[in-house]
Amino acid sequence: MAAARKEVTGLTARAAGLVGCLHCGSVWPKGTTRCGLCGSALTSRRNASLQHVWAWWFAGAIFYIPANLYPMLRTSLLGRESTSTILGGVLELVQHGSWFVAFVVFFASIMIPVGKFVAIAYLAIVIRRGGPIDSHSLHRLHEVVEFIGRWSMIDVFVVAVLSALVHLAFVVNIDPGMAAICFALSVVFTMLSALSFDPRLIYDVAEVRE
Amino acid sequence: MSTKPSPPTVPTAPKGDLAELIACPQCDLLHHVGHVSEDASARCQRCGTVLFAPRTGAIERLVALALGALVLMVVAVSFPFLQMSASGFSSKASVFDTISAFTGGLMAPLSLATAAFIILLPVLRLCALIYAVGPLLFGRPPLSGASASFRLASRLKPWSMAEIFMIGVAVALVKMVGMASIGFGTAFWAFGFLVILVTAMDAMMCERTIWRLLAKR
Repeated sequence: MAAARKEVTGLTARAAGLVGCLHCGSVWPKGTTRCGLCGSALTSRRNASLQHVWAWWFAGAIFYIPANLYPMLRTSLLGRESTSTILGGVLELVQHGSWFVAFVVFFASIMIPVGKFVAIAYLAIVIRRGGPIDSHSLHRLHEVVEFIGRWSMIDVFVVAVLSALVHLAFVVNIDPGMAAICFALSVVFTMLSALSFDPRLIYDVAEVRE
Repeated sequence: MSTKPSPPTVPTAPKGDLAELIACPQCDLLHHVGHVSEDASARCQRCGTVLFAPRTGAIERLVALALGALVLMVVAVSFPFLQMSASGFSSKASVFDTISAFTGGLMAPLSLATAAFIILLPVLRLCALIYAVGPLLFGRPPLSGASASFRLASRLKPWSMAEIFMIGVAVALVKMVGMASIGFGTAFWAFGFLVILVTAMDAMMCERTIWRLLAKR
């Protein structure tokens, strides 16, 4: 990314009195509402962007709490019922010596969601506050958050597969717990939060500074 | 890629036809984009976002990979996926069983969401892609609604989670080791290959190049 790091000053579509399409990149006179090439809605900047980001962020954060408190899986082994939460599932894997998979689950279900909450909040606060920022790093951060967020769904699919397959009469049965739905909602809401963020705002802040 | 990337130039003031300009969708910087040769990439001068990356035979490969993935999806939903056995008992699950794992009461919406993420949305996306660019293969103009369907395909991309499902399956298998012996069904392999095809398709697809191809005809 060395080439991308050099400071380039140039004309933005907004400064030129134009509006660029977020999907196909084509450029239209200011005030055009629909892209003539791909038909997407055009806005020079999504002005309410940060409000949407925060709304989805809070929705995601609220559901992340029960997702950690309620059980993800209910296992009954020879008639004895036990439940495990997200963190409990990770610890179980560690006890079995499956370090790598324990790490994958820990990363997808705990590190990514928590990291996402912190990263999105940080982006939104820095953009609102203005002042000196490193726009390239912030842009990179947003790209990573947007790319990695969907991978949190892993744990929901683990629960789906286990509870579909593990039904052996009275020997062993696995059923999904309440946390599965809370966690899935939390992931969807944080994905929407990251998608609502208009990355062009990052470079606007840098331009104001200049 | 072997060819040298052709850097777009940054204009100081807009001039001439708007069709020659492209605004970086990530940072809004304007660029003059001339001809980008096949297998070269044009990146934004400021933030490095790939603006254009036309590839030789991109349409052919895109349609071939999408069709292949669709066929594999049919196999993946119609054959057994996994089976397990322990202490003389056995159980098996198809992809549909996986979806309907969350049944009853509050869990039902999650079933629906799982179905959407791993089957419905990926299938819809593949069909939309084929519908939008398929006719270009035969040198025909795009069908009516081609832009709406290509738009749909690009919006569905983050929500098609077939590859994430496959990692979830792998983790679930590790959790079951020691609990029972596991057998892999035809659908398991079909789903695995499908994930590879879709990943290859996404890696070579340049949305902005295709938009211009659709507009040209």
